[in-house]
Amino acid sequence: MQETKFGAATEENKSGAKRMRLNMGPQHPSTHGVLQIILDLEGETVVRCDPVPGYLHRGSEKLAENKYFQQIIPLTDRLDYLSPFNNNLAYVMAVEKLLGIEDKIPDRAVWLRLILSELQRIASHLIWFGTHVMDIGAITAFLYAMRERELILDIFEMCSGARLTVSYARIGGLMGDTPPGFEEKVLDFVKIFPERHAQYMKLVTKNPIFMDRTVDVGVVTAEDAIDMGFTGPCLRGSGVNYDIRKREPYLTYDQLDFDVPVGTKGDAYDRYLLRMEEMLQSCRIVEQAMKKLPKGPVKADDPKVTLPAKELAMSQAEAMQRHFYQVIHGFPTPVGECYGKIEASKGELGFYIISDGSSHPYRLKIRAPSFVNLQSLPLMTEGRMVSDVVTCIGTLDIVLGEIDR
Amino acid sequence: MGVLENKFSDNLITTTVDSLINWGHKTSMWPLIMGTACCAIEMMAVGYSRFDVLERFGMLYRFSPRQSDVMLVTGTVTKKMAPVVKTIYDQMSEPKWVIAVGSCAISGNIYNSYSTLQGVDRIIPVDVYVPGCPPIPEAITYGIMELQRQIESGRRLRKKVPVTDVTAQPHENVDLIRRPGRVGMPTAQDYAAHLDDDVLSTPSTYQQLEGSFPKKSDD
Amino acid sequence: MQESLQIVVQRVQEKFGEAVLGVTEFRDEVTVRVKREVWRELHEFLKLDPDCNFNLCVDVTAADYPLRDQRFDIVCHMLSLNKAHRLRTKAATDERIASLAPVWRTANWEERETYDLFGVVFEGHPDLRRIMMPEDWEGYPLRKDYPLEGYDSQGLPG
Repeated sequence: MQETKFGAATEENKSGAKRMRLNMGPQHPSTHGVLQIILDLEGETVVRCDPVPGYLHRGSEKLAENKYFQQIIPLTDRLDYLSPFNNNLAYVMAVEKLLGIEDKIPDRAVWLRLILSELQRIASHLIWFGTHVMDIGAITAFLYAMRERELILDIFEMCSGARLTVSYARIGGLMGDTPPGFEEKVLDFVKIFPERHAQYMKLVTKNPIFMDRTVDVGVVTAEDAIDMGFTGPCLRGSGVNYDIRKREPYLTYDQLDFDVPVGTKGDAYDRYLLRMEEMLQSCRIVEQAMKKLPKGPVKADDPKVTLPAKELAMSQAEAMQRHFYQVIHGFPTPVGECYGKIEASKGELGFYIISDGSSHPYRLKIRAPSFVNLQSLPLMTEGRMVSDVVTCIGTLDIVLGEIDR
Repeated sequence: MGVLENKFSDNLITTTVDSLINWGHKTSMWPLIMGTACCAIEMMAVGYSRFDVLERFGMLYRFSPRQSDVMLVTGTVTKKMAPVVKTIYDQMSEPKWVIAVGSCAISGNIYNSYSTLQGVDRIIPVDVYVPGCPPIPEAITYGIMELQRQIESGRRLRKKVPVTDVTAQPHENVDLIRRPGRVGMPTAQDYAAHLDDDVLSTPSTYQQLEGSFPKKSDD
Repeated sequence: MQESLQIVVQRVQEKFGEAVLGVTEFRDEVTVRVKREVWRELHEFLKLDPDCNFNLCVDVTAADYPLRDQRFDIVCHMLSLNKAHRLRTKAATDERIASLAPVWRTANWEERETYDLFGVVFEGHPDLRRIMMPEDWEGYPLRKDYPLEGYDSQGLPG
């Protein structure tokens, strides 16, 4: 096959149809980041699809081996950069499990973590909605979705100072308490979101073009989904009811009342309806949690992991020494290994930490849901038309920061 | 414009024509988004609802290098992605500018690792640097306005002022980036030997390489 | 330890006897260390046996202990969707181990990544090539003797 560096190559096969190799290169509007997909096409049909990730591989896991446990939190922000608080939360929960201080986290911190995690889930699904529907052709949906996302980003900016890479969770709690005005803002958001959500559903759900492009596209059966390691909305879209929040509850999900939508056919339309419903359920969770939010401290009372209060550190010598020591030397951990996981917006996000007793991990492995989900792209697209490739990438909801780490 | 470019001295006519041409360039910059990571999300936010910088500045996001003037490098550029960025930069037609948005594009940010390019200005010349991780949309807007100011003071018909700052030029050969050229990988025994190494007795990497940095005339 | 996991450990020890080198429990997580010769049979058993029923492979990765004889520790996490229990299996190897891709298709890309970053060859893998680093990259970055900042174009670290 004659091949140019970035161009198409053609070859006549036995039946006379020309097979062309098309490079849907790393720089492409619809690949949601830098993902290269090498497609072998016969006319419009995809014969072979080979996704090539790795264009954003930044070496987070190796960097983490050289940083203290508390210094890795900003690295985790940049994994799934559409819902950074979820990554922080999963990592911090894994470290807390390793240290054995899970029951020392104060109640307010636990409830706040839950509220913020669900808000991030809504924000991530909004971007998914905007970009997926924009790729299919309806650009208006993106403008609507960004409008709501800005409200959530305002809430995060108010708490942590940053819109996108928040780094708000700390080992033992949160960075600091929420400022005054937080509760009003969240309740305002929860009040207006359902009607805005109804607007999106009205715009898109029964649209014949959208239905043509997503019904029976990207079908994954339940056995295939389990075999390919799907978790999260992709798994539930194929009919398997597994949600970590219900089956292996963490934080205080077992005290709340919410439903988990499950699909039937496993096509892109099912996953679309599922994620839209998840947004509403997240809204419901936030509403309930805001009523139960207690007052109190947000950092654990454990001198090993928590920095002392600023007033003490500035006035007492022991507190200053402790602050200094913790920041410069980190804190020692028990020898062992631990796997902490949460139900992130894309699936099961897990952090596997092997510790050799020192203040930095020996090995940190990030189990990213998008990496495992992307594997199934050939399964979804081979034998189908080339325009379905874009729909399938959108329905998998991938984010390259997670895939490549 | 080839024959007329950079030929004339400064006078009333050439400065007026130049400002007209520059006004045209700066009010219709069409950006090419080389969006790799988190900064691309902030760039999407800056272009759409709430900040709406695109329409107001006369910009329109294009995804093809042939149709754009400004390349917005947003996000980390890795060594695997570097040849792609260089190729796309080369495919853009003159006049072209580059804005490096975010710390990763400026200098590699916290990712000082084996696979990250420490700044996109190692392979392509950058006009405006917008720091932040990610920079808030207002900061990206300020960066775009800074580029507009640079374009305003540009010289199209008039002769150019010679550039003397050598360090501002790109200095890494993009084809060498992906090939570390390492002969003989170390073994586990070498790893154990490093544990006893006396750091001061061996000259540092830069002392060894002194005199062998590529000259400006090298390609 | 969860009851269902106690049953799993019992069945594994009954079936594999000598090859099970140890079972540890830390923070409610069970780790089974085995010899690398039974790596694939163990996972086939764990997937198909009705008491174990680990139908979802969560993760396959490795850790590098360079000063040890068999320097890599291959780790596999798995989950049972029906019984909601998890298990971790480990095996020590120096460069080669059997591939789990025939057991769960999830392991395909996970093993490619482990090969790319550590250099562990998975025998029986349908398509073992680099995934994260460029195709012609030399070296395996996540090994402990590979410098963090990589090698520059002169071939020196940094």
